[in-house]
Order: sequence, then C-alpha cells, then structure tokens
Amino acid sequence: MSPTILVADDEPNIVISLEYLLRREGYTVLIARDGQEALDVITRDKPDLVLLDVMMPKKTGFEVCQEVRAVESLQGVRILMLTAKGRDTDVAKGMALGADAYMTKPFATRELVEKVAEILQRQA
Amino acid sequence: MFKELLSQRLSALFVGGWLLLNFPLLALWDVDATWGGVPVFPAALFILWVVLIAAIAWLIERPVTRTKDE
Amino acid sequence: MLSPWIVVGTSFAYLLLLFAVAYFGDWRAAQGRSVIANPWTYALSLAVYCTAWTYFGSVGRAASGGVWFLPIYLGPTLAMVLGWVVLRKMIRIAKTYRITSIADFIGSRYGKSPLLAGLVALIAVVGIVPYIALQLKAVSAGFALLTLAPAAAPAPQAHWSQDSTFYMALALAGFTMVFGARHLDSAERHEGLVAAIAFESVVKLIAFLAVGLFVVYGLFDGLTDLFARAHAVPELAALSRLEQSGGFAWTQWFALTLLSMLSVIFLPRQFQVMVVENVSEDHLRRAVWVFPLYLLAINLFVLPIAVGGLLFFGSAPVNADNFVLSLPLAAGQNALALFAFVGGLSAATGMVIVETIAVSTMVCNELVMPLLLRTHHFQNESRIDLTRVLLLIRRVAILVVLVLGYAYFHLAGEAYALVSIGLISFAAVAQFAPAVLGGLYWKGGTRRGALAGLLVGFLLWAYTLMLPSLAKSGWLDAAFLTQGLWGWHWLRPEHLLGMQGLDNLTHSLFWSLMANCGVFVGLSLWRAPSGQEASQALLFVDVFERTSSSSPVFWRGSAQLPDLLRLCERFMGSDKAQALFLTYARQSGVRDVQAIQPDARLVQFVETQLAGAVGSASARVLVASTVEEETLTPDDVLRILDETSQLRAHSLELEEKSASLEKATAELRAANEQLKSLDRLKDDFMSSVTHELRTPLTSIRALAELLRDDPKIELAQRCKFIDIIVSETERLSRLVNQVLDMAKIESGHAEWLTEPVNMGALVRQAIATTAEMFRERQIAVEVTLPDQVPLLKADPDRLMQVMLNLLSNAAKFVPVSGGRVGVSMTSDDAGVTVSVQDNGPGVTRAQQALVFERFRQGGDASNRPQGTGLGLPISRRIVAHFGGRLWLESEPPDGARFSFFLPIRPAADSVNN
Repeated sequence: MSPTILVADDEPNIVISLEYLLRREGYTVLIARDGQEALDVITRDKPDLVLLDVMMPKKTGFEVCQEVRAVESLQGVRILMLTAKGRDTDVAKGMALGADAYMTKPFATRELVEKVAEILQRQA
Repeated sequence: MFKELLSQRLSALFVGGWLLLNFPLLALWDVDATWGGVPVFPAALFILWVVLIAAIAWLIERPVTRTKDE
Repeated sequence: MLSPWIVVGTSFAYLLLLFAVAYFGDWRAAQGRSVIANPWTYALSLAVYCTAWTYFGSVGRAASGGVWFLPIYLGPTLAMVLGWVVLRKMIRIAKTYRITSIADFIGSRYGKSPLLAGLVALIAVVGIVPYIALQLKAVSAGFALLTLAPAAAPAPQAHWSQDSTFYMALALAGFTMVFGARHLDSAERHEGLVAAIAFESVVKLIAFLAVGLFVVYGLFDGLTDLFARAHAVPELAALSRLEQSGGFAWTQWFALTLLSMLSVIFLPRQFQVMVVENVSEDHLRRAVWVFPLYLLAINLFVLPIAVGGLLFFGSAPVNADNFVLSLPLAAGQNALALFAFVGGLSAATGMVIVETIAVSTMVCNELVMPLLLRTHHFQNESRIDLTRVLLLIRRVAILVVLVLGYAYFHLAGEAYALVSIGLISFAAVAQFAPAVLGGLYWKGGTRRGALAGLLVGFLLWAYTLMLPSLAKSGWLDAAFLTQGLWGWHWLRPEHLLGMQGLDNLTHSLFWSLMANCGVFVGLSLWRAPSGQEASQALLFVDVFERTSSSSPVFWRGSAQLPDLLRLCERFMGSDKAQALFLTYARQSGVRDVQAIQPDARLVQFVETQLAGAVGSASARVLVASTVEEETLTPDDVLRILDETSQLRAHSLELEEKSASLEKATAELRAANEQLKSLDRLKDDFMSSVTHELRTPLTSIRALAELLRDDPKIELAQRCKFIDIIVSETERLSRLVNQVLDMAKIESGHAEWLTEPVNMGALVRQAIATTAEMFRERQIAVEVTLPDQVPLLKADPDRLMQVMLNLLSNAAKFVPVSGGRVGVSMTSDDAGVTVSVQDNGPGVTRAQQALVFERFRQGGDASNRPQGTGLGLPISRRIVAHFGGRLWLESEPPDGARFSFFLPIRPAADSVNN
C-alpha cells in the first residue's frame, strides 16, 4: 500500500508538477486547491503526508497546520510546508505550529523527493 | 456674584418675596373673613412669612448647594 | 404692683447672669474652646435687632394700626434671602481687610478716607442716640408700671441726679465697658459679648411667648375666642385689615419694608454682630433662615396681645405699649409680669450694649484718633503704650454716648418724639446703603460721590424727619413745618416740592435716598477714582477672586523694618507685635523677625493689622507717616494689577505649555507607531513581491527538472509541461516588468514623455490590439467615441498601458459566454473621460477600495485569472501623473465600470508624482 500524499496548493501549475513528480515516485496523490478543501481531505482520507502551501485562499497553510495538529486522531499525518515565503520568522512559525518540515519554493525536485521519503520513513 | 446657581435661586426668591408681600398680591388677602376663627389677613401674612423662611432654609441647607466657592 | 426692691433686685441679678455668661464665653475663648463658634449662637445674636421697641412698641402699634407693626420684620426676612450673597461678601471683606465698623468699611472702601469715615461715625452717633434714649425710656416706664399703684399718677420728672434712669444708664455704661472695652482685640471681637447676646435673645423670646400664651389661653379661650370677641367691636375688627388712612397705604407698606431691610444690615449693632463678630462664613447659612424664624416667633403673639389688651381694658386709658406688663399685672400674675419685665430689660440692655460698643469704636477710631494723630504729641517718637490710650478713649466714648442718650431721654419728655424715633433712626442709617452696596459691586464709586451722597442724604433726612420731630415735640418753632423754610412753600419739610399724600417717613425716605443715590452715582461718574480709590475698589469688589497669594499689593515705596515693628508695638503692645511679626516671618519662610524683607507686602500686612486696632483710615495715616511712600496714581494701580495678572497668566501659560508638551509627546509616539507600521507594510510589499516572483519560478524549475530527469515522458505530457514553462516564464517576466515599473514610478525615476496625444486614436488602437483576444473569448466590444477629441499632452505609451490594462481586466471578468465590454469616451473643456464597462459580476463595495491595492486581484479566489495584481495600481499612478483620476463604479451584479479622466491642461504639481 503506497503512502498517500496530499498536495495542497492554489497554483494549478505547481499542482501539476508536484502531482506528476510524486506519482512518478509511486505515491498516491490527492489534491486540494484551498485550505478548506485541504482540511476536508485530511480529515476524510488521513493521508500520510501533506505538502502544504502557505498562501492559500479560504485558510492559510498555517491555519490548516494548526487545526490538524489540534486534532488527536490526526497526529499521524505528517506535514511538509511548501511556500515562497522564506523568512526565518515564517519557518519558525511553521515549525512551532507543528509542521514536520519546511521547504521554500522554488525547490529542487530531487531534494523534495528525498525529503518526502525521509519523513515517511520517520513515521514508519 | 450671580454666577452660581444658589445665588440665582436666592435672587429669584428675593424678587418673589417682595412681590408676594406687597401690593397688589398681598392685597388679595385683605378681606373680611376668618380661617378657623383667625382673621385672614394676619394669618395669611404669617403663613406667607413661614413659607418664605422655609424656602430660604431649603435652598441654603441643601447638601448639593454646599459647594465651596471662593 | 411689686416692690421696687424686688424689681431692682431681679434686674440686677439678671444683668449679673448676663455678665457671667459673657465672662464664661471669654474664658472659653481664651482656652481656645470658643462657645460662639457655632451657627446657632451666631443666628441668635442677630436677634439683637429686637429691642424694647419690639417688646413694647410693636404691641402699641398693633393696638392702633393692626398689622402695621409687621413690615419692620418682613424687611429683614427679605434681606436675609440675599444675605448669603451680600453679607458673605461683606464678611469676607471685613475679615480680609480687618474692618472694625461700618464707618471703617465705608472709609476704607473709598480710598481709606478719614473724612468719609468720620462723617459716617457722626451720622451714626446722631442717629443712634435717640434710639438709646428710647430703650431707657421703655425700661423706666416699665419699671414705673410695675412698682407704682395703678391709679397713681406718674412721678414728676425728677432731677437727673435723682432719676433712677440716670443711674441705670450709668450702670449700663459700666456693663458695656466691661463687656466690650476690657482689652483691645485686633479684630474687634468680643466673644463673651456675643454669647451674652445670644443668651438674652433666648430670654426675650421665651418671656414674650410666655406672656402671649397667657393672654391667649389664660385671659381668653384661645385665638378663636379672642378674635371672635374682637370682631364684635368695630374698631377692633378693623385691626385685622390693613388700615388705610390716606392714600398710598401700600407705598408706605413698601417703604417700611425697604427701610427695615436696609436697617437690619446698616444699624451699627447689626453690622457689629453680623459682620465684625462673625466667626465663620458658614454660620451665615444657618443664620439666614433662623433669624427670620426668630422674628416670626417673637411676633406671633403681638396682635393677639394687642387685641386682648384692648378687649380686657376696654375704654380705660391704658398705654398699649405696656400691655405686655399691664395684662399679667391686672390678672394678678405678678411673677409673669416680672418675667416679662426682665425680658424687656433684656431686649433693651442687649441693644444698648452692642450699639454703644459699635458706636464707641467708631467714635474712637474715626473721630478721635484722626484728631489725635494731628497733634505733635503723637507724631513724636513717644514710647507710650498707645493701647492704653485707645482703651481709655473707648471707655470714655461709651460713657459719653450713654450720657447723651439719657440726656435726650430726659429732655425729650413728650412721648411722641420717642415712639417714632426708632424709625427715624432707621432712616438715618439707611443713608449708608448707596455707599456700601454701591461700593460692594461697583468699581466706579468714588470718594467724592460717596461723601456727597452721604451728606446730601443726611441733610435731607435731618430736614424732613429729624427737625420736624423736634418741632412737633416742642423744641423748635413749628412754623417752618407749615410754611416751609424762610416762608418758601415748596420747602415744607414734610411736603418737599409740594409732594402730597405720603406719610412723613415715606416722604423722607424717598427724597433722601433718591438724592443720596443720584449724587453718589453722578459725582462718581463725573471724575475718575484716584489711585488709592481704584485699588481699594478692586480689593473690595473682587474680594472673592483674590486669594492671598495672587492678590496685588497696591503700595510703592520703601520702609524700614524697625520702624514698622515699633509702630505695631505702640498700638498693639510689644508682645502682640512681636508675635505678629513672627507669624509673618514664618509665613514668608524666613528664619526670624530680623530677616524679614521690608517690602510692600510687609507694609500692607502691618497696615491691615493696625486697621484692626485703630481703623483703616488711621492706620493709613500712621503707616504713611512711618514709611517713605509714593502716591499711587490710577495708572500705578493699573500697572500693579497688570503685573499681578501677568504673574497669574504666566503660571497659567506654564500649565498650558506642559499640557501641550504632553500632547506633542503623545503625537510623536503615534507618528512613530505609524512609521513602524509603514515599515511593516514595506516589508509586506517585499515579501509579496518575492512570493509572486517565486511562484512561477517554482513551476518552471520543477517542470524543467522533471523533463530533464525523465527523458521518457510521453510527448503530449512533454508538450504540456513545456507550454506551462513558457507561460510561466512569460508571467514571470511580466511581473518583473511591472514591479520594476511600479518601483520606478513610485520613486520618481520613471521617464515620462509629453507629446500631443489623440485620445480617440489611442483608444481605437488599444481596441485593435486586443481585438484578437476578445474574438477568441467571444466577447462583444462596443465602442463609442466622439468625432472631435481634443489633444492632450501626455505619454502615449503609458496611456496605452492604461487602456490595455483596463481592457484586459474587463476581458478577464466577463462571463464565459455573452460577455460584453463597452468602451466610451466623452470630452468637455476640462478634459477627456474614458470608460470601460464590462458585464461581469461586478465588485462589491468592500472590495472596491481593495482592487487598487498592489497584488490584490479581484474575482473569485479559486479561479484567479492570470494577472499580477499590479495593473490597476500602476494605471492609477499613470493617470494621476498627468493630473487625472481613475475610478471604479460598480453595482454587483451589474458589472464594473472603470473610468479615467485626463485634463487638457495638467496642473503644475501633478507632474511631480
């Protein structure tokens, strides 16, 4: 059973690239285009990992992270925050809210793949 | 002198007192009648007098007018 | 009928009791536990207004005239209504400037004038001596009534050395000296005296009420019975109505009320107890209604006693004045009669003592002292303790006044002159009213005015009241009464200028007060006040506004400390003087007396203290002789006043400055906060830009890497990816360009061309450029352009940028099918307006302001069309640069209308961004 990864981002092109990349690596990919949708999918499908963009409509990535971490049953969901905001404060905020890792855009695909694998391994 | 409320009220009472105790208002009481055996005119005078004194006392002794004005 | 010895003995005992009370009062005062520091004592002391005239004369008046005895007590009640306002000011002035008598008050107010003070003192003496005689007469008549058999004829007028009244007068003098001239108080306070007066007020009231109750319920069966029986007798029934003999009865009522209203303040004894002896202004609150209440209580039974007496004695020739004594006597109630006599004695002695003290103070300070000060004997640096001299003068004055009173009583003989003399005295002191009341509230009153007014009033009073009364009792030839002075008919004293109908009192009051006021006001307005008068006027009229710290000192000159000290020692005794200077030293914050600065403030202090001992006028003279001073002109006064008010203004300014300083600091803080938030905004802008730039970069990089890493991607997928890369690159470069553009415009480094631009052509060109896009999306475009379009001076490229921006925005937001865009232009003399209308969803009110902000994009967030969010802000900047405006009108869901206006002649300052 391949791990499920949720890609949450409002930029369609980024979604396309991420989806293709992850599918190529063999993961099952779910998609959410805004914060609310992301929450719904997480709650419903409990993916193993969420690639969470910060700047999203309806709910920001930070809010989603916070709300997921507040739910007991969702503690097993890993969160990798992906965002163009790269200031130290944002990184710290993300980590403080309970993200497992943080990557800034633009990213190297190789690095992203490695990071994803590492996080999923951690869990296992 | 007449800046504060108490002074103004007293002045009004002053004028009122003068009017009540003089012609023509006082002449209203100058009749040949008695109240409970007492002639009206003297009785009225005393009653008006008491009312005036009571008015002064009420105005002056009210706690709200006890403001220290320098 | 009572034994004379019992009467004398009781009287003496009562007077001793009074004395004991006074002594107790003084003793307690010395201990510091004053008996009179209590409002009830103060209020009762005011009842010294009720003399033997109240006791005997009121009943007599009621017996002949019914209710006519009452106005004398209604007036004071009305005076007390305003008492809190007027009296309080007088008390404040008296305390602040150590005023010791009414003569001092008037003299001090009008420039510390000795002449004026002297005149007032003289008028007071002339007016009061007969009143004192009246008291003596009442007491002696009462005594005679009590001790002689009813049918016995009154004893012939004894020689004065054998007249018991003479000895009574002497005894009273002795008491008065003991009460009031044992020592000099710098504030003229006599605590024991006030206690005694309050006590005797209570005794008077109880005695009178006792007689009243006896008459009503003892001799008759209550008020109803009394008045019912009176009603049966026509003459008595008339007493219940206002007796209207002659016309103008109501005018006379009014005049009596007015007269008594003035007298209750200006009678020397009243001024003494009300103003000089006042301990605390607050006591006035109580007194203002308790005193009228007392008057009411003591007058309750006057009419019943009068009517009862007339009924009881029927047609027997009994003097109604003495009903208070004769009724109990006739009914066999000797004890009550004696008690009533004591009450009357109390009333008389109270009046005599207080009045005499007041008058003797005036005589000493205003008549004798100024004369003494002129003698060389005084001017020398004699080391005599002048306090003893002052006391001696006072005592002699007391004796002289009482002897004069007796003399008047002895010589007058005929009752007429005495009975009405009470009112004549009232009319005399009423002459003080214009000067005092005017001086309290009008800064324009001058010494000349007051002096002349007083003189005129006094002379008219003397001519219209005093002389006729003397004539009517046989002292003067009565011819001038009926024929006028020197035969001139219009100078008849009781009908001046032919005035008819008024009784003599009203007539006199009218003329004297009118002339007094008129001359006072007229002369005051004729010449401006002098420096001294103006300064005193300010101090008096503005007494409530001046506190000791901020009050101006109206004095210029130089002084020596030892001289001032010596001056005080001479008049107050060395102990007191030292103590005084020590207090002053402490107040000014210096170590000891020797270190005191002899400045204007010290001189004023010394003068004020002296005024308490010898009166303001004499104090002025004494100080002037001790120091070197300059006469103050009115200009000096104004200058001093200016300085003081400047000082006050400066301190006010200081307060205001610190308040505004605080405000400025608060504003600075706010501005700082604003700057910080602006900073934050800039940070936000930067982070927005980076975010916007990085987003397309992410796709480009990711997709490019995917393509690189996996050569075996199928073609369709590969093409799709490359397309995306290309479009994202375009997006990126568009964004970069716009950001650079925005930065250049905002920083002012943009290049602007200024060429004649044909707006019509420009718009048409823009539409042509975007025609392809519109056709693709099947959007209908309507163009409305006028034929003639004025030329503008602008940058055509930039304006094209604006048009393209608006058009592409419109294209983004129209519905997928049936989209319509309308472009229209209007022009007038001011400029050209172009509008682009779309039939999209429109922009809500809330969003309308937001669309012009950077990086904000309208429309639904989830399907955000391709855009940078910078288009509108840049367009707005461009339009604004050329002096126009760009705005949005939208009423969802009816689409949006973007319009911009460009003036033909751009304003000069719009060229700078």
